[in-house]
Order: sequence, then structure tokens, then C-alpha cells
Amino acid sequence: MTDSSAPRAFDVEAVRSDFPIFDQRLSADLPLTYLDSGASAQKPRCVIDKEREVYERYYANAYRGVYRFGAQVDDEMESARARVGEFLGARSADEIVFTSGATMSINLVARCWGGRHLQTGDEVVLNAAEHHANLVPWQMVAEQRGARLRFIPLLEDGRLDMDGLDRLLGDRTRLVAVSGMANVLGTINPLAEIVDRAHQQGALVAVDGAQSVPHLATDVHNPDIDFLAFSGHKIFGPSGVGVLYGRGELLQEMDPFLGGGHMIAQVEQQASTWAEPPAKFEAGTPPIAQAIALGTAIDYVAALGWDAIQQHEHQLLSYAHQRLLEVPGMRIHGPAVEHKGAIVCFTMDDAHPEDLAQLLDRRGVFVRHGHHCAMPLHAWLGQAATVRASLSLYNTLADIDRLVDALQFARQKLRLN
Amino acid sequence: MMTLDELYDEFDELEDWGDRCDFLIDLGFELPALPDAARTEQNRVHGCQSNVWLIAQLTETDPPVMEISADSDAMIVRGLIAVLLMAFSGNRVEDILKVDAQAVFARLGLTRHLSTARKNGLAGMVDRIRLLAARHADAGA
Repeated sequence: MTDSSAPRAFDVEAVRSDFPIFDQRLSADLPLTYLDSGASAQKPRCVIDKEREVYERYYANAYRGVYRFGAQVDDEMESARARVGEFLGARSADEIVFTSGATMSINLVARCWGGRHLQTGDEVVLNAAEHHANLVPWQMVAEQRGARLRFIPLLEDGRLDMDGLDRLLGDRTRLVAVSGMANVLGTINPLAEIVDRAHQQGALVAVDGAQSVPHLATDVHNPDIDFLAFSGHKIFGPSGVGVLYGRGELLQEMDPFLGGGHMIAQVEQQASTWAEPPAKFEAGTPPIAQAIALGTAIDYVAALGWDAIQQHEHQLLSYAHQRLLEVPGMRIHGPAVEHKGAIVCFTMDDAHPEDLAQLLDRRGVFVRHGHHCAMPLHAWLGQAATVRASLSLYNTLADIDRLVDALQFARQKLRLN
Repeated sequence: MMTLDELYDEFDELEDWGDRCDFLIDLGFELPALPDAARTEQNRVHGCQSNVWLIAQLTETDPPVMEISADSDAMIVRGLIAVLLMAFSGNRVEDILKVDAQAVFARLGLTRHLSTARKNGLAGMVDRIRLLAARHADAGA
């Protein structure tokens, strides 16, 4: 844990040396420029080592065996759960459910809370900038329950129109589902105000933290969030594990998600009763080594400290905006740097995002192109596709310079100069 | 237009993916544009990340052959379209139905450099060509 009064100076080269993937060059004259951490983050050695430790030294199924490996796995899982809970400011580790990722976490809330509590005519408030994972599950449950989806309008720069939210909130609003940080535009949403206004109406707030949890300090009690979902792999942990935080009393009254082993209290031929949360939502064998190593990833981030991480990422983002705007035809979509996290979404006149991504790859610059699982947002942008460069704590100013050089290379290849 | 064999010879001369990619871009620039009127929803090929439109018509020659035209808003895709046209266009429909497009891209050494999404996009174009050829074959029968 960091002592916030004496933060360790952020040394990006030291951070990079924690990530084995950056030990390589793609070829003698081609360094690796990884700008797709918003899709999935690279892994520090401590996370890789932890996963290996589980498999090499004490692997067994979780919550099954009394023998010593089983007991050790249980201890490690519960320790990871407790550290995740602490990291999020949860009151109890029992409020932390291990899932396969943010997508499953949100589906769990939609199905198990929405399936039980949404009635015909009830409303769920979303917005057009959400990832499909925070839209489609709500469409599914809304159709099933006869509920209605409402959308907070977006301002011209892609931020939420908070007056528009006020107009939507009403007696029928049961839940507001919103990302902490939008996955395409990087917009940091004003959760405190959203929670305040939603709770005044008696509506719950479910936060998709897939992008925000790896970039911003998260405290589920400041503001008081009801549900929070995030993925392990985006916060330097293994793929295949994610987290759902749910306020204790909400998890208690929800239906289970999947039926199977571990989620039951008593099973008879015709009926069963459920285990207490979080076990109630963890049917089957969990992602064991992944959940344990997620605890290590969380420790890694916590040790670096949010102040240092945010200062570094903000510097990268400001520099990226400044340098990218030197490129002819460049259009950066979304809000100004002060309203967003470490993502730059852009298009370049007369160049297709698919060509750009392919040509950037030839310069060793890895970016994502397409609709980024946000088709309604792209309809709103009036763009079929965009390019997204997403930055993380291991990126450097030199990475940004290589992105800009690679874009100039692409312009030359596409005969735009 | 270059024949497939000429293209194979050209590609064999090229050293690496970068050179082949540049060559595809050159082909893309040379591909004639499809008129706006042909860029309709009906002619759009789904499964592509970029927009692709594809049309085909039978010539009045004897025997009739199927002339294919296609276009995209992405330049590398235009290059790939040019390769597809070399493999398919200007042939009798029964011959078109026999073309093994995967073998063409494997012979060009492109398979490893195309993402799954792009392979799906190419498969979508090939499916459309086959569908149009089969329709013409039925109409002619």
C-alpha cells in the first residue's frame, strides 16, 4: 500500500521493466508501441509469476477440498477477494463476486436484479456512448419484463447532458446504468452527480467500471454506487476473471445467476435453496489462478498509487492531443483532455480507420479500429468506424511520437501528402 | 487487368509483408471506382469492417462471362478486391463457382497477414460472388 503523503516518484522506465512483453523489439529497428490497453492491458511479471505459482505449487479446485492444496487455494482466493473489496472501498468481501469479466457482471445484474425487480413500464436509463456490454443485457431484460430504456442525451463533445438526465428521471426510473469512463471517447462521467440525482428518485446506479477502474481511484461509497462491474484483464490481471461489486442487501435479495455447484445451500430432487452471496453467484469452478493473480494486479496498481498514475496518464494524454493535431486531416472525437481518461479516439480525413490501423501496425504501433463495441455511439458520431489509441501507465511520450510518425507514414502510403 | 499468374509472379518478387501491402495499395488505387448509383444497400456486402459494394453482370458474348465490379472505402480492401476480381471476374459462371479463393490468398502468402475480421470480410465477398454466379447459372439454365 502506498503512503499518499510520500508518493513514490513515478518512473515509467522502471514500470516498463515490470512488464516482460516490453523486453522485445518487433525487429531490429522496430520497437513495440502498444496503444490498445483499453481493449486489454499487458501483464506485469508479478501477475504472471503469481499465476504460475498457483499452477506449480498448490493448484487444486477452490471451495471443495480439505486437503492442504485445497485449503491454500481457498485462502488465496479469499485473500484476493478481500483485497479487491478493500481496493473498491467495499464494506465486506462478501460484496465481491468473481465473474468471467465485466460483461458477465453486467449480465448478472440485468438478469438477477432486473429480472426480479423490473415491472412493465419501469425505466432503465442508459446513454448512447455505452459499450454494447452495458446496453444489450438491458435490452434483453427490458424486453422480457416490458420495461423501457431511456437515453441521456449527449452534449456536442460527447459528455452526458445532465439537464437531459434530470428530464428523464421520474417515478418509473428504477436504475441508471452508466460507465465510469466511456470506452470510445474516454469521457469521465460525473458519477457523484448521477448517483445523487438517481438516488433522490429512488433509482439504483450500476456502473460499468471496465475502463474507469484501471485509470481512476474507485470508492463504491464515494459516491454510493449500488453495482460496479469490471474486468481483470484491463487492470493488468489475467483474462477470464472479472468482478461484480453489489451492495450487500441487493445481492441478498437477488435471484441466483447460473445454477450448479457451490451456489447452493441444500439440494433435493425437486428444489434447492441458495448459498449466501457471493457464493450464490459463483456456480461451478471459478477462474482460480486468474482470481488469485487479480489480487496481485490490484496490489501492483495500489503500490504505484493513483496520484502518480493519473499524473502520468494525464501528461501522456495532453501530449497525444497536442502532437496528433499536428497531423493534417486529424479529427479527435470526444471531450477535452480535462474531461476524459487516457483514450484518444480519432479519424483522419480521406483515410479509412481500417487502413490506418493496418499501416500503423507496419510501424509497430498497435491501435484498435472499428466501432469498438459501441455502434450507437458511432451512429451518433456519424462515423462508421474510428481509430482508438488507449494509453496506460507503461506508455511513454516516445510512444506518442511513434504514433504520430506512423500516421505520417500512413498518409504517405495512402498518397495524402 | 493483370492476370492471376502475373500477380503470383509479382508477389514472388516481393520480399516481405510491407512490400506486398504496398502492392495491394497500388492495386487499390488502380481499381476503377464504382459509380455512386451502385453503392446501394442491396449491393453492400455484410461481414466487412469497411463498406464493400459488389455487382456483377453477364456479357452478351458467346459464351457469356460474368463481369464483376466492386469497391470499398478502405484502400487495402480495394487492393484485395482487385485480387478477387483477377481470380473471378471475366469467367463463365460454371468456372466462377469452381474458384478456390482461399487457395489464391494462401498462394499469395496473405493468409497470415489478414485478421480474422478481414478473412470474414473476404469470405463475405466470395459468398456474394458465388451467390450472383449461381443466380446467373439458374437464370441461364
